[in-house]
Parts: sequence; C-alpha cells; structure tokens
Amino acid sequence: MIEVKNIYKTFNPGTINEKKALNGVDLTLEDGDFVTVIGGNGAGKSTLLNAIAGVWPVDEGSIYFDDVNVTGLCEYRRAKYLGRVFQDPMTGTAADMQIDENLALAARRGKRRLWGWGITASEREKYREMLRELDLGLEDRMSAKVGLLSGGQRQALTLLMATLVKPKMLLLDEHTAALDPKTAAKVLATTDRIVEEHHLTTMMVTHNMRDAIAHGNRLIMMDEGRIIVDIRGEEKKRLTIEDLLHKFEEVSGEEFANDQAILSK
Amino acid sequence: MTLVTLLNRMPGDVAIGIIWGIMALGVYLTFRILNFADLTVDGSFATGGAVAVVLITGGVPVPVAMAAAFAAGVLAGLCTGIFHTLLGIPDILSGILMQLALYSINVFILGGANKAIGVGKYNLCVSMLKVTPSIVVALLISGALIAVMYWYFGTAQGSAIRATGNNPAMSRAQGINIGLMKVIALALSNGMVALSGSMMAQLNGYTDVGMGRGAIVIGLAAVIIGEVLCHAIFRKNSGFLLRLIFVIVGGIIYYMVMGFISWLRVPTDGLKLFTALIVAAFLAVPYLKGKANSSFRKAGRRGANRE
Repeated sequence: MIEVKNIYKTFNPGTINEKKALNGVDLTLEDGDFVTVIGGNGAGKSTLLNAIAGVWPVDEGSIYFDDVNVTGLCEYRRAKYLGRVFQDPMTGTAADMQIDENLALAARRGKRRLWGWGITASEREKYREMLRELDLGLEDRMSAKVGLLSGGQRQALTLLMATLVKPKMLLLDEHTAALDPKTAAKVLATTDRIVEEHHLTTMMVTHNMRDAIAHGNRLIMMDEGRIIVDIRGEEKKRLTIEDLLHKFEEVSGEEFANDQAILSK
Repeated sequence: MTLVTLLNRMPGDVAIGIIWGIMALGVYLTFRILNFADLTVDGSFATGGAVAVVLITGGVPVPVAMAAAFAAGVLAGLCTGIFHTLLGIPDILSGILMQLALYSINVFILGGANKAIGVGKYNLCVSMLKVTPSIVVALLISGALIAVMYWYFGTAQGSAIRATGNNPAMSRAQGINIGLMKVIALALSNGMVALSGSMMAQLNGYTDVGMGRGAIVIGLAAVIIGEVLCHAIFRKNSGFLLRLIFVIVGGIIYYMVMGFISWLRVPTDGLKLFTALIVAAFLAVPYLKGKANSSFRKAGRRGANRE
C-alpha cells in the first residue's frame, strides 16, 4: 500500500517566482492499483510523481511505502522501492553502455554495488528471454550501445529495467509523450502487459485523456496542486471524455483549457 | 644534432612516455569514464613524487614508498571529491582549488622546492641509469594497472561509476549513490597519478614541486592520441581493454614527439606551448570533422547551385 499524506511543496518560496506546486495532496493506493493522473499544465502531476520519487524533499506531509516512512529518504535510497520511466527517452538509460549492461545495472537496484561481476553469463540469458518478449529484436543486439536505439525501443527497455527488480510502485511520467502515436500505443500495450503480469502498483501521468481512461483501474485529475477528481472501479470503466471535461468544469469552475488535452481527444 | 643523438635518447623517452601513460590512465578514468575534467592531477602528480622521494631518502623500502605515494594521491582525490559532492563546488573549480592547496602541501612534504634521491644509494624501481630494465618494469606496472582497471570496471561498482559518468539522472533512479561513485573514481584516479609521479621522481633521480605543471594537458594528450590511433587501427572493434592499452601507447608517442622536437633544438621553454597546441588540435578535430560533414556554408553552396 502506498500512502501520500497531506503533502505540500512550494518552489522558490519568498521570491517573485514562488509556485505552490502541491497544496495538501492525500492519496492512498492499494496493492495492484493502476492509477492514471491527468490535469492541465502546471497542475502538479509531475510534481506529485517527483515528490514520491524523492527528487527533492517535501515541505510538509509524509509518504509511506507499506509500513516504511520514506519521507526522509533521498532519491537514490528511495530508488530501492521504485521503478521509474521518464518523459524523455534519453533519461532512463545510459546511452554509452550496452543494452545488457543497462539491464544489469537495473537488476542491482537496491543492492550494494561492490566487486562482484557487473553482469554474469546466466543473467545475459535471462535478459535475452525478457527482451524477446518485448518483440523489438533487441535480443539479438544485446551488446549494442543503447544510444543506437530509437525512442520507443529505449522506453520499452526502460520499462523492463524499472520492473526487473519488482518495485513497490511503478512511476510513469508521460512516458509515451515523446513518441509517435503508433510507437506510443505499442509502449502502452507493453506497459499494460508488464503491470498485469507482476501485479504492480502503478501511477501513470499522461496528457492524453483517452489513454487515461483506457488504462488502469483508477483515475485522478489534478488542478492547482490538489486532487480534484478521483474515479475508480465501475465508474472508471464507464467514463467518457465528455464526462471528464464536465467533471473538470464542475469542480474547478472553469473550462478545461488545455490545448494538448483537448487536441488529444 | 645528429640522428645518433636522436636514437640514443629514444629509449629514455620511451621510459618517460610509459610513466606519463600511467598518469594518463588516471586522467582517462576521470575525463572519459566519469566525465569530470579533474585538474587535481597537476598537484597530485607532484605529491606522488614528493612522498616517494622523502620516504625513500628516509630509508623506507621503495615499494612501500610507492604505495604511500598512491595513498597520498587517493587522499588528494578524496578531498577534490568532497569539495565537489559535499560542498557543491563545480567540478573544474574543485580540482583547481585542490591543485593550489597541494602546491603548499607538496612544499611542506619536501621541505623545499625540490630534492634529489641519490640514485646509486637505493634500489629504485626505475632509473635513467638503467633504461632498458626501467622500460620493462614500467611496462609491467602499467600492464598490472590496466588489468586491474579492466577487472574493476566490469564489477558492479565499476559499472555504477560508468553509469554515473554517462547519465547521473538514470543512475540515481537506479539507486546509485552518484556522489560516492564520483569520490571513489576521483580517489582512484589521483592514486594512479601519484603513483606515476613517484615513478617519474625515481626515473629522474629528483623531484620538484613544479613537476606536475601541465600534467592534465599531457594526460589528455596521451588519452586523445591513443584514442585516435586505436580508432584508426581497430575501427569499431576497439573495446575497453584496447583503449586502455592505447592510453599508454599515446603517452609513449607523445613523449617521443617531444623528444624529437627538443632534438630539433626548439627551446625547452616552448614545449608546453607546443603541447597545448597539439591537444587543442586533437580536441578540435572531431568537432571540425562533424562541421565539415554538415555545414551551413556547404548547404548554402548546394542551395545556390540548384537555383
């Protein structure tokens, strides 16, 4: 279970650029929950994800992974519990290292990195099988540098890396936003398969309302650093884009004026 | 200025080149693997020389003195790493600060600006009086260092250092303590640089606090000459092991070119200028090559021709 309790975050406090990014966010995810997060630009979607990932400390509130209070743990210590995929395909992998070496780095997440081999022959065989399941032909190019892969291939590889050691939570930060529609659909299908297979508690930020509705068992909408809509179960299954727009207007009292969100209907 | 004098000085140049190559292995570690231009080396090279000379003349066995020089370099690298990671000082500045601090420290260690060893009295590992055995010993030491580096960067910790240099954001997300990795890499790098300094002091029979001036540039020269050569010979087959070996080759070639130039009676004061120009040229070549392949000027000319 993931619990986010009443967290606040203000960037550049006391300056002209002051931005209250999170205004008391409360969220509890049950094991296996797959929640999609939508909202306009600056609503706090990515900020919430970064707060959970520990990119910086929150100003107030606390975060629990099961019974572990991780509020005081910095990013690399918290990484033990988290799998992450980023918006920019360049961020999630080491471009100058081989595909198998990247996987081996991920396989050691949360473990002490000492003087044992960085990768073993039996690991390589295991990775070959996993890459075969991705169906991108990467299993035959394991010693190729990751920098040679396309954006979609890199995101699929990052997904695999994020879930190689089963995380308590998988954080997807608009991980298909930089891809063309066809590739995005393929990476999303892979995401669904991996989440289901490992029964992962997942949070996926997206700009795309259709994706937010089609994936996961729960949907939250954010605005001005707060969660303003939280839909789950049967209601989520019946949800339409019109419902969502209507709900947004109802709760926030303004039109959902986000070009990207409207265009990607 | 006959050919004979050139040929006569060659073995000595090779010995010096191998020792510079060992220093360049340390530079390779920070500059290429960690992606950190570490200027500490100008100081830690002289530190290695100072520690070794003081201990050897004090009666300490040579291998122990060399190990102590390595340890002193590790400490210097540790300090640079702490400046950078714990105190948030930018990478180049951390190195410059440590380099400056080491100048004073080196004078304290030596008790002066320079000191001779008294070559005949001690069983030195390398010496200009015995050039051929010195070349063999220097090659054996560099071979051992390359083997250790090859092994280390294949371990989980070495891979984490490579990942840190390649993509810090990804490394943090994979649970790597990138600050610690930087400190470890800087410590090991400067340890090797100081070890090389201790060998240079033995080879010359004396040491000087200014011995390391420009070491970073010489290290870069060796790294880059080695890379260019390795790529020219082995193309895409140039793996990590070959690249390490070619750092030593780069050091040898660099110093043989220097030997050739001073054989031409170019004033020795001009050598540093020449080194700087060589390194600038080699650093610029990949950039200019890229520009030549796709430049606005050429595109403009192509566009004009079609009109």
